[in-house]
Amino acid sequence: MTDTGLAQGWEMVIGLEVHCELATRTKLFCGCPNAFGDEPNTNVCPVCLGLPGSLPVLNRHAVELAMRIGTALHCEIRPSTFHRKNYFYPDMPKDFQISQYDAPINTGGRLELPDGSTVGIERAHLEEDTGKTTHIGGTGRIGGADYALVDYNRAGVPLVEIVSAPDVRSAAQARAYAGELRSILIATGASDGRMEEGSMRVDANVSVRRHGEPLGTRCEIKNLNSMRSLLRAITFEADRQVAQLESGERIVQETRHWDEGEGRTLSMRSKEEANDYRYFPEPDLVALVPDSRWQADVAASLGPLPAARRAILVGLLGGEPSPAQIDQIRSVVASDLDAIVTSACELGAPPALALARTANEVAANADRAASLDAGSFAKLLALESGGELSATQAKEVLAGLLANGGDPAEIAKTLGFESMRADDLAAVVAGVIDAHPGEWEKFADGDPKVAGFLTGQVMKASGGKANGKAVAAELARLRSGAGT
Amino acid sequence: MSGGDARPPSKPPAIGPEQVAHVARLARLELSDDELTRFTGQLAAALAYAAEIGELEVGDLEPMAHPLPLQNVLRDDEPEPTLDRDTVLAEAPAAEDHRFRVPRILGDEP
Repeated sequence: MTDTGLAQGWEMVIGLEVHCELATRTKLFCGCPNAFGDEPNTNVCPVCLGLPGSLPVLNRHAVELAMRIGTALHCEIRPSTFHRKNYFYPDMPKDFQISQYDAPINTGGRLELPDGSTVGIERAHLEEDTGKTTHIGGTGRIGGADYALVDYNRAGVPLVEIVSAPDVRSAAQARAYAGELRSILIATGASDGRMEEGSMRVDANVSVRRHGEPLGTRCEIKNLNSMRSLLRAITFEADRQVAQLESGERIVQETRHWDEGEGRTLSMRSKEEANDYRYFPEPDLVALVPDSRWQADVAASLGPLPAARRAILVGLLGGEPSPAQIDQIRSVVASDLDAIVTSACELGAPPALALARTANEVAANADRAASLDAGSFAKLLALESGGELSATQAKEVLAGLLANGGDPAEIAKTLGFESMRADDLAAVVAGVIDAHPGEWEKFADGDPKVAGFLTGQVMKASGGKANGKAVAAELARLRSGAGT
Repeated sequence: MSGGDARPPSKPPAIGPEQVAHVARLARLELSDDELTRFTGQLAAALAYAAEIGELEVGDLEPMAHPLPLQNVLRDDEPEPTLDRDTVLAEAPAAEDHRFRVPRILGDEP
């Protein structure tokens, strides 16, 4: 990857920390539901409220999901322990967070990106999420608020924090890393990967250096809530550091907050001692030692990973995919919709069309995708590829299919999409030729540029019912007739 | 001190008033100068006592994470009853809008 966008002679060095909420039914150390969007403080119990005498017990499924992540990232799965990370902040009622410190469950892996580059994984450890604080009154900023309100539904939700090596060299590569990691989290069933709901949160450690020089001082950027924020924040931060260093100033190691509205990072002015968390072993939890049999079971439960699933789609298309198809393949695999494409193709649907309709129309209504019947989808694609439905009509039928299910031919009939009879089409084409004699003459003289215009006029005049291939055939027929 | 021990017994860690003041700040404790002097002495004595364990011969033993001879204590991922929200919030010094109300927060989120 090239360090696009950065001043000549400079290089970015980026390490990423990704927190992902695990898709368990319950929290990490208690049986409270792990659910997003529930009424505040309804999913709480003595354990996650830190009430005296309560004891945490580790969730087996959370451990398995952490092991799936470690396996998919080629990590070594090791005997591990839990520590208390102590701090004063009301988002944890215990005044500490249980995390893994010097003995994390997964260490030393790697993630291969679609462009062929590899990013090292230092560790992927288990920890509990914190509650949600809302700052009320004043300026709305943390320090300027009048008071805060806390909802502990999220306190204790299982997280895996995945820490990359400082191997990333551009904002685009950081985005590719986050995208590929997200696909893996979804493919392994470890997380739903929803950044907008905070299921996946990314922090970026960014530094710059002149090519060949030792590592520079890094800043940690927080509040990256979307892939777009990640890209913009890293680009901004690296430029800021280069400008600072070129004007002879130094970089201060600090945490910076990304302000999406203003498009810049701002110092959070944290106190030096804020990072003194006084970790010590959690006395209420014993060691977690996944034996080789458990590890083998987890490895066996993993389905094909995104890279392999993309390769299957490329194979279905046969031949080199276009750049647009590469994007479609990435997006359907990332959204876990590739099975829709493969099963439609098994039923005889044309792969390129199945891929395009899945990447666009099905993905746009992803909540309904699970209810889409493979046979009906394949039938719709056959109607479209056979010319009985135009692209516009096929999209409308597909919307109906996603909403209510049913038979595509019946839905088309209900919508009035009888395929246009040849005589009707000929009449519409003749009308368009009458209305545009100049363009018709150019077309008849062999000018290919006006073909699209004439076809477009026919589509318009037919109200989208005409089939593009049939129109082209009719135009060609008339032209050969005009030449004689 | 024994000769063949791979790990030398640890010395009592030195602790001075600066460290005690630092730990007190982290624990949000305000100490007077008298208290600082007194606690420094007491903590140094406690640490010296705890350091006596370093005199034991443990060269052949694996470090242990926990005194109990247990590992992999796990529960199934099955939901259990939660507490009643009104009961919980009634125990808090202040609540508002079904949430715990806390004083404004200085400094940053960890």
